[in-house]
Amino acid sequence: MIAVVDYKAGNLTSVMKALHAAGVGPQLTDDPAAVLGADKVILPGVGHFAATQFLETSGLKAAIGERIAAGVPFLGICVGLQWLFAGSTEAPEVSGLAAFPETCDRFSPGRKVPHVGWNSLAIRPDSRLFSGISNNCYVYFTHSYRAPVANATTAVTDYGEPFTAAIERGNITGVQFHPEKSGEAGLQILRNFLEWKPC
Amino acid sequence: MLTKRIIACLDVNAGRVVKGVQFVDLVDAGDPAEVAARHAAAGADEIVFLDITATHEARGTLIDTVKRTAQRLFVPFTVGGGIRTLDDAAAVFDAGADKISINSAALTRPELIGEIGVKFGAQAVIVAIDARRTGREPEEAEVFAAGGRTAAGRRAVEWAREAESRGAGEILLTSMDADGTRAGFDCGLTAAVSGAVQIPVIASGGAGNAQHFTEVFREGKADAALAASIFHFGIADVRALKEELQREGIPVRLPC
Repeated sequence: MIAVVDYKAGNLTSVMKALHAAGVGPQLTDDPAAVLGADKVILPGVGHFAATQFLETSGLKAAIGERIAAGVPFLGICVGLQWLFAGSTEAPEVSGLAAFPETCDRFSPGRKVPHVGWNSLAIRPDSRLFSGISNNCYVYFTHSYRAPVANATTAVTDYGEPFTAAIERGNITGVQFHPEKSGEAGLQILRNFLEWKPC
Repeated sequence: MLTKRIIACLDVNAGRVVKGVQFVDLVDAGDPAEVAARHAAAGADEIVFLDITATHEARGTLIDTVKRTAQRLFVPFTVGGGIRTLDDAAAVFDAGADKISINSAALTRPELIGEIGVKFGAQAVIVAIDARRTGREPEEAEVFAAGGRTAAGRRAVEWAREAESRGAGEILLTSMDADGTRAGFDCGLTAAVSGAVQIPVIASGGAGNAQHFTEVFREGKADAALAASIFHFGIADVRALKEELQREGIPVRLPC
């Protein structure tokens, strides 16, 4: 079962629709018990980092942490990627999962924020998520905060400054852009994730 | 590099895409779901669905039509027209919209911008501004409500700033002077609004050829440009337009 975690942040219709188009019937859930039974976990999210507080208080964070430790493939989208880091200056009082030690921060002044639109990906050749996707492919972004480039970053996007567009380490993956809104390339990225076998 | 967005707009009346000059002499231009899919396949970066239905009865079909249009669409999808309350917005999001566009309702009750933004995220709220020049300077352009019928008593540049401060994610700026003329966007007005806010500005009204898009991106400082009628009958499809823009050195997304 593929669990799409609903933590009451924004609109998840598009994510569910794209997963159906990619060939699976995911379950939208806010129940930690359902997450514990999942063999893949997707954490979508648009909106404010503070919304991830719900993951902590609801017990979902512990359930997701346990599934990740069990080797279950995990994909965070947008705020879901940022949550994999230690935290974000958008809501300093809320901790992320800290799978990666860096902190997310707002784009530096000197450009329009939010970063909205189609931007290109510089893809690391060993990426699994981008298998079959050509380098410099365009995907759709909409966000004001971004994760710095880290050791596990597998795609970098430049918006006057480079940031992490995708990160992969073992069974943990995250994308800052919206694969559900990135046309055929986005659906291919979702299919790549869905085809992973738990390690 | 962040590309300039080309947005295809569908004017929808009672469940059908229509085309006309300033809502007069409407001609049927097809089924919204089919037209939207065709634009997306040709490389449109986003689709805007504008419900221009005048009667309350015909509005009943809106949610079904939005749902059907969203079903096979995997690029950002905006719905506007007649959204007056948080509940109206919620129903449209539920049907598959990624963003909503509000115009008159935001002028009547500006708090609506923040209310939708808090619930669905600022990125999901586009404030549409219909503006008409009243003097030589673009800063003097006035905002009109109710489909351009009523002066709102505000200046476009100032209203854009207020919309941003209230939590709008983008501004959709339509020049009423240029709309329907196919003689080019109002680049002066677009540049004035774009320079006044940090959020992206979508230029609308006046698109007739590729050169007009180049001008509104360069001189108008637009982040995106929207056009409706020029695409519908294959006068210039999005693919042809983007190839020409790329030759002009405008960064655009070509299929990868």
